[in-house]
Amino acid sequence: MRRFLFAAAAPVGAFALTLIISTLALWAFGSNPFEAYGDMLNHASKLETQVDILNRATPLYLSAIAAAIGFRMNLFNIGVEGQYLFAFLIAAQVGSLVALPQVFHILLIMTVAMAVGAAYAGIAGVLKVTRGVNEVISTIMLNSIAIAGLIAFLQQRWQAEQENFTSTTLGTNPIDESGLMPTINGLLEIFTREVGQGKELTGMLIVAVLVGVAYHVLLTRMRFGFDLRASGLNPFAARAGGVPPKRMIVAAMCLSGAAAGLIGMVELADAGKFSPNPIKGLGFAGIAVALLGRNHPVGMAFSALLFAFLDVSAGILQNTQAATKEIVNIMQGIVLLVAVIAYGVTKRIQTREEARATAEALKTVEATVGDEAEAMA
Amino acid sequence: MNQLRDLPAWVRWPLYALLGILLLTIVQSVSDTERLTATPTSREMLRWAVPIFLAGLGGLFSERAGVVNIGLEGMLILGMWFGAWGSIEYGPWIGLAIGMIGGALGGLLHAVATVSFGVDHIISGVAINILAPAITRYLSDELWASPTTSPSTESVGDWDVPFLAGGTIFGWESPDLLLTIGKWEWWFVSDVAELLRGLLRGTHWVAIIALLLVPATTWLLWRTRFGLRLRISGENPKAGEAQGINIIRYKYVGVLISGALAGLGGAFISTELSGLFQGGNSAGRGFIGLAALIFGNWRPGGVLMGALLFGYVFGLDLKDLDGTASHALLLVNTIVLAGVAAWALKRRRTTDAILAGILGILAFIWWAVADVVPNWWSNVLPYVLVLLVLVFFSQRLRMPAALGAPFRRGES
Repeated sequence: MRRFLFAAAAPVGAFALTLIISTLALWAFGSNPFEAYGDMLNHASKLETQVDILNRATPLYLSAIAAAIGFRMNLFNIGVEGQYLFAFLIAAQVGSLVALPQVFHILLIMTVAMAVGAAYAGIAGVLKVTRGVNEVISTIMLNSIAIAGLIAFLQQRWQAEQENFTSTTLGTNPIDESGLMPTINGLLEIFTREVGQGKELTGMLIVAVLVGVAYHVLLTRMRFGFDLRASGLNPFAARAGGVPPKRMIVAAMCLSGAAAGLIGMVELADAGKFSPNPIKGLGFAGIAVALLGRNHPVGMAFSALLFAFLDVSAGILQNTQAATKEIVNIMQGIVLLVAVIAYGVTKRIQTREEARATAEALKTVEATVGDEAEAMA
Repeated sequence: MNQLRDLPAWVRWPLYALLGILLLTIVQSVSDTERLTATPTSREMLRWAVPIFLAGLGGLFSERAGVVNIGLEGMLILGMWFGAWGSIEYGPWIGLAIGMIGGALGGLLHAVATVSFGVDHIISGVAINILAPAITRYLSDELWASPTTSPSTESVGDWDVPFLAGGTIFGWESPDLLLTIGKWEWWFVSDVAELLRGLLRGTHWVAIIALLLVPATTWLLWRTRFGLRLRISGENPKAGEAQGINIIRYKYVGVLISGALAGLGGAFISTELSGLFQGGNSAGRGFIGLAALIFGNWRPGGVLMGALLFGYVFGLDLKDLDGTASHALLLVNTIVLAGVAAWALKRRRTTDAILAGILGILAFIWWAVADVVPNWWSNVLPYVLVLLVLVFFSQRLRMPAALGAPFRRGES
């Protein structure tokens, strides 16, 4: 219970502080903060908005898992952004070229996406273990190479191959219906009323949940996950324990990239192709979600929902004019920064308490030993 | 080569530059482009290099004090916004100062998180990179009713060097010597003159300040007590603390200067280059500054070299609409990679030699079969360059020993 309180105190405190800061920011520019918050909550209480939030939270959660796999091993995969966009493009193109029965078509597309993501992230891993290149720098560079180079180039090329494309058919060739992950409105409507406004809940939500479970099982129930965490906590001890550090680094990067590859599948299921302007920034947001959720599968789910709620709220703020919609980005940034500081502080308090508890325990032991010695004498 | 290394720095660096231009000239004489050594190319190079250099130099101050600063990009973005705002409200020079303050505020956040609260440096940096654009979008929207653009700003302007590049002295127009030499079309000599003219004509005052920062930083960090203390905070903070140095304070100062310099770079982008604040105009120059820092082995002169190199590739790309210059650059790549291969062979590093050889051959084949290079290649070349530099030279780089390590006062 105490541990749970410790774990929960920091994010709750961080969120409270974020509310105070954003309230001040809204006040400073003459908006009524409570009106804005009221609009946001009111909007979010509608079923249709909740579907939007879940649709947004799904890729954020996958992105967070990708970042978290690296974090658990002290690897900073800043390149999720490039990995998911690149994987998205390739998978969309491959998917448009084949015709298969539904299950196989979807599986093929997802496998391609994961493989491309893993391979692209693996470059950074290989560079790290063979040439000692810091993965932070290499993944940042690989981001730019993917987005400014590979994607721009391949998109142009595949576009040119299309017959008589117009501005509405830009992007890769559309994928057959059989390759699109079905929506799961039916599943949702068992519990709720009918979803209106043509909103559809993405089927990738189920995949995201499965990935979350897999992440949890991998890290806590499997040898590989144990090795991964051990290498992250203390690479030297892990090595002494027979964990090959180089192989672990490459494996962790590849796994992280594979998870990143799934991010774009949410948009693919909806749009059916790689559109000229895919949703960007999910990779960086995922890092934030992972940090806020402390790399914990459930914690990240909550923080993905929080970020998705804020993202979706931007729309309603724009409609009601209660406040600038940009305030939601400020709230995301502040909650992240405050939370990481709060985690640092609680960790210090925890370490200090543990040290004190150990010292006291030692004292009691010494005292008893002393008493026994006296009794012996 | 070893005799070269014994020369004093002020002879050695210009000599290296001349060798570089010689290489460009040779390649240019077998290609159908003249842009490799054209005046606009070097002007664009400088315009790109200044913010990269300022960000990289900012990184130097922070990392020499032992704090990894991946938040440079965010601080640069803050500098872009605050510089534009200050320039609109109070005029250009104060605008630059306000841009520096804006960047330093980002630095302060980073220092509080990493130095005082022991947050992982990369995590704090990522948080700042996410927070900074959000802040600028919010402020822009509130002040200028658009999240991404500001009204136009005032610039502190630029300066033509008299005699060499035709600057005016008290209203009298001096001769433009470099232009004249450039027009002679003498092999190599005119090329040097043309490139030099791009640096000396229309030179932004901020660029001049930035260049002066190289000797100033070297002096400050390697010749003063302050510099020694700042560097010991990054090399061996515990030993420094035992000497009675307030390590925490030096780390704070390092990160604050870091933010201020990145902020100046950002203010330069908004007020001097684009003439307004525009979201996304940073184009990742904070990250590239970080790469220049690593490329330059955590030394001011090296950071400038890295910034100029990356700036050259970006600048050339901007002026190279038909892709012929980028095509010629492939041949330069081939020659440089061949040089790397030879260098690696001499040091008996066979894998490096083979790798460089293969890459060089690929570059050569591409050069031979294609007439022009698609523009996506020139967009990614700077980033590829950074990766290649790290791949071949990261073993030779030496970062501050305690870089990224948490430090707590009084801990043994």
